[in-house]
Amino acid sequence: MKTFLETVLAEADYQPVRLLKILRAVQAQYRHIPETAIDILTDKLNIPRTQIIAVVEFYSFLHATPQGRYDLLFSDSITDRMQNKENLLSYAAETLKVKVGKVRKDERVSLNNTSCTGMCDQGPAGLINGYPLPRLDRAKIDTIAALIEQELPLKDWPAALFQVEETLHKPGLMLTQPFSNGDAIKATFKRGLTETLAEVDLSNLRGRGGAGFKTALKWRTCAIQAATPRYVICNADEGEPGTFKDRMLLNLYADQVFEGMTLCAAIIGSTQGLVYLRAEYLFLYEKLQQVLQNRRDQGLLGTTILGHEGFDFDIEIRMGAGAYICGEASAQIESLEGKPGIPRTKPPNSVICGYLRKPTVVDNVETFFATTHIAIKGGQWFADVGTPQSTGSKLLSISGDCARPGIYEYPFGTRISEILSDCGAEEVMGLQIGGPSGTFISNRELERTLAFEDLSSAGSFMVFNKTRNIFDIVQNFTEFFAHESCGFCAPCRVGTSLLKNQLNKIIEGHGSAVDMEKLSEICLIVKNFSHCGLGETAANPILTTLASYPELYLEQLKRSGFSPGFNLDATLAIARHLTQRDDSAAHLSQQVEN
Amino acid sequence: MSGTLTIDDQTIPFSDGQTIIEAARTAGVYIPHLCHRPGFTPHGSCKLCTVKVNGRTCSACTFPAAEGQKVINNSEELQEARLRITQMLFVEGNHFCPTCEKSGNCELQAVGYHLNMLDNHFPHFYAHRKVDASHPDILIDHNRCIFCNLCVRASRESDGKDVFGIAGRGIHKRLIVNSPTGQLKDSNISVEDCAVQVCPTGAILVKRTGYKTPIGGRIYDQHPISTIACKKKEADTT
Repeated sequence: MKTFLETVLAEADYQPVRLLKILRAVQAQYRHIPETAIDILTDKLNIPRTQIIAVVEFYSFLHATPQGRYDLLFSDSITDRMQNKENLLSYAAETLKVKVGKVRKDERVSLNNTSCTGMCDQGPAGLINGYPLPRLDRAKIDTIAALIEQELPLKDWPAALFQVEETLHKPGLMLTQPFSNGDAIKATFKRGLTETLAEVDLSNLRGRGGAGFKTALKWRTCAIQAATPRYVICNADEGEPGTFKDRMLLNLYADQVFEGMTLCAAIIGSTQGLVYLRAEYLFLYEKLQQVLQNRRDQGLLGTTILGHEGFDFDIEIRMGAGAYICGEASAQIESLEGKPGIPRTKPPNSVICGYLRKPTVVDNVETFFATTHIAIKGGQWFADVGTPQSTGSKLLSISGDCARPGIYEYPFGTRISEILSDCGAEEVMGLQIGGPSGTFISNRELERTLAFEDLSSAGSFMVFNKTRNIFDIVQNFTEFFAHESCGFCAPCRVGTSLLKNQLNKIIEGHGSAVDMEKLSEICLIVKNFSHCGLGETAANPILTTLASYPELYLEQLKRSGFSPGFNLDATLAIARHLTQRDDSAAHLSQQVEN
Repeated sequence: MSGTLTIDDQTIPFSDGQTIIEAARTAGVYIPHLCHRPGFTPHGSCKLCTVKVNGRTCSACTFPAAEGQKVINNSEELQEARLRITQMLFVEGNHFCPTCEKSGNCELQAVGYHLNMLDNHFPHFYAHRKVDASHPDILIDHNRCIFCNLCVRASRESDGKDVFGIAGRGIHKRLIVNSPTGQLKDSNISVEDCAVQVCPTGAILVKRTGYKTPIGGRIYDQHPISTIACKKKEADTT
């Protein structure tokens, strides 16, 4: 192990900020992070072992105990569930003779759920040893099971199993722009750096990651900070369930994203860029490395970029390890520093005090992509599209009940009904716009528009038809937030789990009117008192569906005069297990008979 | 820079670099808190000190005081939320005040009294947590840990040791010890360390000191936390 770790450490230049990279390599090699590895890393990196353990326990794809040689995960987004995922998961468990959440005795295979893997347009999807398995079905599970039993190395598996498709149904303003490498950098220098920033300002571009902060203002604030070095970070931790447009951009338009980072670097005066790529997009890693190398070869990265003396900039890709919260800028910075992804306290904002406590611009993949075209075409070109408050166009990842799931590009201000008609959605019951942290709208609200000032979305757009049960959706989202809460602050740490339990109680029919009051009460505490955006939005699925369909919640409430507020029979399960009994006298009925 | 701000219509002074909670404390205004302790890096995790600053919700322990701020601290809405958050902490762990040695000296309990907490309100999690009694002088009862991070900070900032850390995610958070076995006896902690004294609950206790002060004669048996907290000096750990 020592030799292996020496190699891994050397590749990471012995830098504690690259702890995730190091631990990912250890995980891939030993299928967990062994104690001895922790000992060695503590010593070699000169960091407390508590930091290493905290990181291992924080990220879903790092483990303290060995996983199977084939680690099979099922994406647990609501759209996967709508495509028969639960059934397939049971089938996989049966076929592979392994329980969900367990490792098979021979350690050949482990099976579990994982948060949305960004394949909602081609679900139900899975991951095996980190690589995507889109469009799973029984036949594919049979094939996969056979390959596992043969212990065939993953690289020899049929490539078709891993084939990710990028379906561009409706390219718009940006996706249809012609582009050659270097165009935006050349345009930037020709016009001048200050002038290009003025164009970004004129475009009124707002961050595409969800918060909608004005990009030019962020860049300008960063540029005027006295502290150096300054950093450019591309947030490619597209974790919001139902979003996959950044996957497409990185897969097909990576040069245009990297070029946006490069011109940002020129404007703010940065020499180092980082891409934080979500673990689920491991399949893009090598490809992106190749794109970066090509750009270096073309003089678009490295020193004296395109002959501009003093303009040096390069980009490093760092992988996440499975944590939704790392999409939050300051949590992402913590993660990039080799720590658990816990959002920082603000002020100060990361623009002023970001990566390594230096001024940092963190922008979404799509934001950088947009700035590339703004640099070429000018700000007015962009500002002419959309609404005054939400200029330009927006990429949507459309999934769920529609004939044509995939990527669509719309000018801001487009009506939801028009989008639904384009993607072939019929008999719509409701939509989730912006993912679980966004807004649920019912079919009575389809004339609303896509815009920061109305329905804002970082890209997720899920359609539900009338056969869907609203509680399946809310339950999935609420469980997601409880699972992904970083646990830093009390209201979110405890509140999201309380919400999950309280919602289940009502859905299972054990709730009374008081329980509805308690549900609303917890929602408001979590929403109003949490430390970051995750907590602020974690109650949205309940709050927005409660607003649209109060009658459905009320129907779940019990009508009987009295019955216990929890499942009596379920609480006896442990006693039955211990006494090895399962006769009728070992069960309790829920209704108390008089 | 220094100046004045108002908390619930009372004008109080602040000095350069002070947070709202520190300005308040200096002026004798109590803002409930558990993860804050003067002298340590502010953490902002318990959220009990949440106040409204010019209409915006902020943690008083991390938010810088500034000229002319209008701070709302003692509103019905905030007190109600603080009560609920305190109750969340009670149901998250396993807190049995009548049998806890810290009773009467416990800040969690005292905050509960201050907020007029009469029940736990939420269903208990009945978390499975362990006791680490390995150390000859110090006991950790994980059942009572509220993840305030004070022992982590005290060990790092005051003792220069890094004995503690917080691991896990979400409701699975846990306090961990920096030793090869994970047990306290194998760490370099010593009973004189600030980290041992700083716990606001009964999660970290010094052995063989139990009940030296009888129940009834303890800190918060005598005075409510609202008066005690304001008298504390920087890095005063008791």
